[in-house]
Amino acid sequence: MSNATGKSHPELAAAFNKDEPRVDWHDETLWWVRAKRDIAAHKLPEWELLRETASQIKNNVLSNLSSYLEQFEANALKNGVVVHWAADAAEHNQIIHKLLADRGINRMVKSKSMLTEECHLNEYLQEHGVDVIDSDLGERIVQLAGEPPSHIVLPCIHKKKEEIGDIFHEHLGSAKGESDPKILTETARQHLREVFLTRRAALTGVNFAIAETGEFVICTNEGNADMGAHLAEIHIASMGIEKIIPERKHLGVFLRLLTRSATGQPITTYSSHFKKPQQDREIHIVIVDNGRSVQLGREDFRNSLKCIRCGACMNTCPVYRKSGGHSYHTAIAGPIGSILAPNLDMKKYADLPFASTLCGSCSNVCPVKIDIHDQLYKWRQVIVKEGYSPKAKTLAMKAMAFTLSSPSLYRTAGKAGRWTFKHAPFAVNNQLNPWYKHREMPKSPEQSFGEWYSKRKEEKK
Amino acid sequence: MSREKILAAVKKNEFSQAQLPDLEALNSLTANSGDLALQYTTIASAGGSFVYEVADMDAIKAILQKEFKPDVKIVSGIKELDDYTYAAAVAGELAHSFADVELTILQSNLGVAENGALWLTESEMNVRVLPFISQHLAVVISRKALVPTMAQAYTKIGNADYGYGAFISGPSKTADIEQSLVIGAHGPRSLSVFILP
Repeated sequence: MSNATGKSHPELAAAFNKDEPRVDWHDETLWWVRAKRDIAAHKLPEWELLRETASQIKNNVLSNLSSYLEQFEANALKNGVVVHWAADAAEHNQIIHKLLADRGINRMVKSKSMLTEECHLNEYLQEHGVDVIDSDLGERIVQLAGEPPSHIVLPCIHKKKEEIGDIFHEHLGSAKGESDPKILTETARQHLREVFLTRRAALTGVNFAIAETGEFVICTNEGNADMGAHLAEIHIASMGIEKIIPERKHLGVFLRLLTRSATGQPITTYSSHFKKPQQDREIHIVIVDNGRSVQLGREDFRNSLKCIRCGACMNTCPVYRKSGGHSYHTAIAGPIGSILAPNLDMKKYADLPFASTLCGSCSNVCPVKIDIHDQLYKWRQVIVKEGYSPKAKTLAMKAMAFTLSSPSLYRTAGKAGRWTFKHAPFAVNNQLNPWYKHREMPKSPEQSFGEWYSKRKEEKK
Repeated sequence: MSREKILAAVKKNEFSQAQLPDLEALNSLTANSGDLALQYTTIASAGGSFVYEVADMDAIKAILQKEFKPDVKIVSGIKELDDYTYAAAVAGELAHSFADVELTILQSNLGVAENGALWLTESEMNVRVLPFISQHLAVVISRKALVPTMAQAYTKIGNADYGYGAFISGPSKTADIEQSLVIGAHGPRSLSVFILP
């Protein structure tokens, strides 16, 4: 989602926070998913070794990415798959539109692909007269609602079933007031079955692309990627360059981690390996850079390219749970999104690395051991240095730097601060202080350490 | 051309070498000599599958006859279960023509105890869309075909060639509406697994 409103994370979070019971419900739902992840992870005594191994495989991938990409391409071509390369989002969208236009196709079914969200493919195709229907249930719901997904694994986690019932009543003709998840899911099943059977083109994402064999793997619980791909004349798979893994056997590591981390299931219902097209059908792969090669060159942030998009960092993040996915105004929300987005546009996403308490829970649950909270901290430094930090924060920081650089000013300011906290807390605990808005102010001590120390020295004399 | 541009940019930004880790230690930790059929049954049942340990094909026939009315369209990929349309005989038909299949019965030669997943390649499926488009799916597997984890599963798959293959671990499902689990999203509404001795 582009930040059409131009609003920052704190402003969007404030709007989300107006409805407190909903915030609590959102918070608890995601924590429940996090708890399921814990149960699944704790069942495996080798869990930590599994994480470490996955992280090391990804290190190897990132240090040999160009040759793995060439190997993947060569093998995919041998398998009869057509490979395209897109330097950026615009080229990705153009390639896909051309594939459809050349075949006279103006309707496409699409399973989950966060990359196409990042590239704003749906909007682009709609502008060019192509109708796109998202087939993942959660994505279909937010698509009908005219919203972007708020979570990479649970796209409509912010929606109540009654709201979904209203959307389905309006668009899919379900009974007014119907909000039973079973009945709503059946309504979507009937609607999407007709879509699967009538679309000549299907687009999917890619979870893993195997250099050794040229095959790619897609994981779903609903079976929507397979229904679309197997019934279409042309299957287009969009993948970021970082989706590569070296060998097929490495799937035995990543598939054990992915779903346990995401939802606490031991594996998704379907892990589909696409190697060759069916007879008289086509498979096209679009390999997309869109800033990833730049991130690879940022030593402090290249580890973010290890991400396998499980969403565990979002489910565990206290800020994400209480501010909602849309407050991040980018395709990939939460902690991982906040280290990926500034690479794409440092100015537009300067607020995101600050949307964290740096508690480190994200890094602890990450299945490929990305140092997420360290990277958030490092982005803050880069953003301030480059002059992109939020204005109020920059002014406050400058005032603080000035105060800290002068001992006498520091003493006076400290005194004034303590006096204010004690006698006029309303002067800082109010809406006018942007710092307080994000923090609980501490109770002010009677005296500073400096004052205590000199007093003690005097007493000793 | 973007291909060269991307590869050059990636090459420029690749960094110091990192070796691939050895998987042996990890894989030896997951090797497991327990009762894999029992483990499989426990996990797969929790994931919504119906698991039956059966003596022979006749036992499977009896269960299927009880569960499915005779007048529905059933496709079987297994020669011995010959009361139904034989999948290989209709493999050349248009994928869309299977939209009204009520039950598909297929063979799997690899099952995973830790997650209930069954490996099926295009040759067992006959038609790629069949195990997805069918309202219900049944899979027959031998006890000997079960392995402890995905690690052993990929060792067994090795460098096998296939056009398409999938691990299927249960009925199609979703929890997208308020995290309420609903069985029967876009694919089969049930998965029955028959374990032969």
